[in-house]
Amino acid sequence: MNRRNFLKNSLMTAATITTFAGLMIKPKRLYAAWPKASFDITELNASINSVYGHNNLDESSEVKLKAPDIAENGAIVPLNVKTKLKNVESIMIFVENNPQPLSSGYNLSSKSVPTVGTRIKMGKTSTVMAAVKSDGKIYTASKEVKVTIGGCGG
Amino acid sequence: MSTIKLRAKESKGVVTVKAIIKHPMETGQRKNKKTGEKIPAHFIQQVIGKANGEEVITVNWGPAVSKNPYLTFGYIGAKGDTVELAWEDNQGNKDSLKSEVK
Repeated sequence: MNRRNFLKNSLMTAATITTFAGLMIKPKRLYAAWPKASFDITELNASINSVYGHNNLDESSEVKLKAPDIAENGAIVPLNVKTKLKNVESIMIFVENNPQPLSSGYNLSSKSVPTVGTRIKMGKTSTVMAAVKSDGKIYTASKEVKVTIGGCGG
Repeated sequence: MSTIKLRAKESKGVVTVKAIIKHPMETGQRKNKKTGEKIPAHFIQQVIGKANGEEVITVNWGPAVSKNPYLTFGYIGAKGDTVELAWEDNQGNKDSLKSEVK
C-alpha cells in the first residue's frame, strides 16, 4: 500500500466511524430523560434502587392508592394515587409481578397537585405499590390486586 | 384528528386535567397468533403537560401502561389557562394538543 492510498483509507474509516457513532448516539439523545435502564429491570428491589439510588421506603398512610381489589381484565387496571404530603417531586408506580416492575413515573413541578391517575396492564395477581418522593424521602402505599385474566402476553 | 382527547376543569383554584390518548401501547411481548412472530414494542414513553407554556408534569411511561392510555393530573391554576399535552413514543411518533381550562 502506498502512502496516498493509506491516507485516503484511514480518512474514510475515520469518517465512517464518526457517522456510525453519530447514528448510535442519536436515539439516546432523543430520550435522554426517559429512564430506559429503570424500565428494563425485571426485579422489584433492583428497580426501586435504580430509580432512587437506595431502598429506604417508608410505608405511609399519607399516601392513598386507589386500585380495584379484583381486576377482571388485567389489560386495564385503573389506578389513582393521591397524597397530602408537601413538596412532592415524583410519584412512581411499581407492580411487583409484572415482567418489568416499574410501570410509570410522574415528575411533578412546584405547581402540581400531587394526584395522578392512569390505567395499567398487569400480567397476574400482584402487589401494586405507589411511591411518593417528598422532601427527599420516599413514602409508599401498597395494595394487592387480584387479576383474573392477564393483560400481558397472549 | 388528534390522537389526544383533553379536558381541563378548574375548581377551587385547582385545575384537573383528564386525557385519553389513542395509542396501541404494544409491550413487545405479544406474539402474532398467525405467524408466531413477536409484535415489536410500540408505546408512549413520555408525556409532558404544560400550563401557559410552563411545564407542570413530566410523565414517563413503560410498556405496562394500558392501550389507549388514560392520564389525569392536577395543578394550581385558573380558568382560561392554556393546557398543552404532548407525547412521544419509542418509535419517534409524536402529537400534541392545546386546550383551554373551563
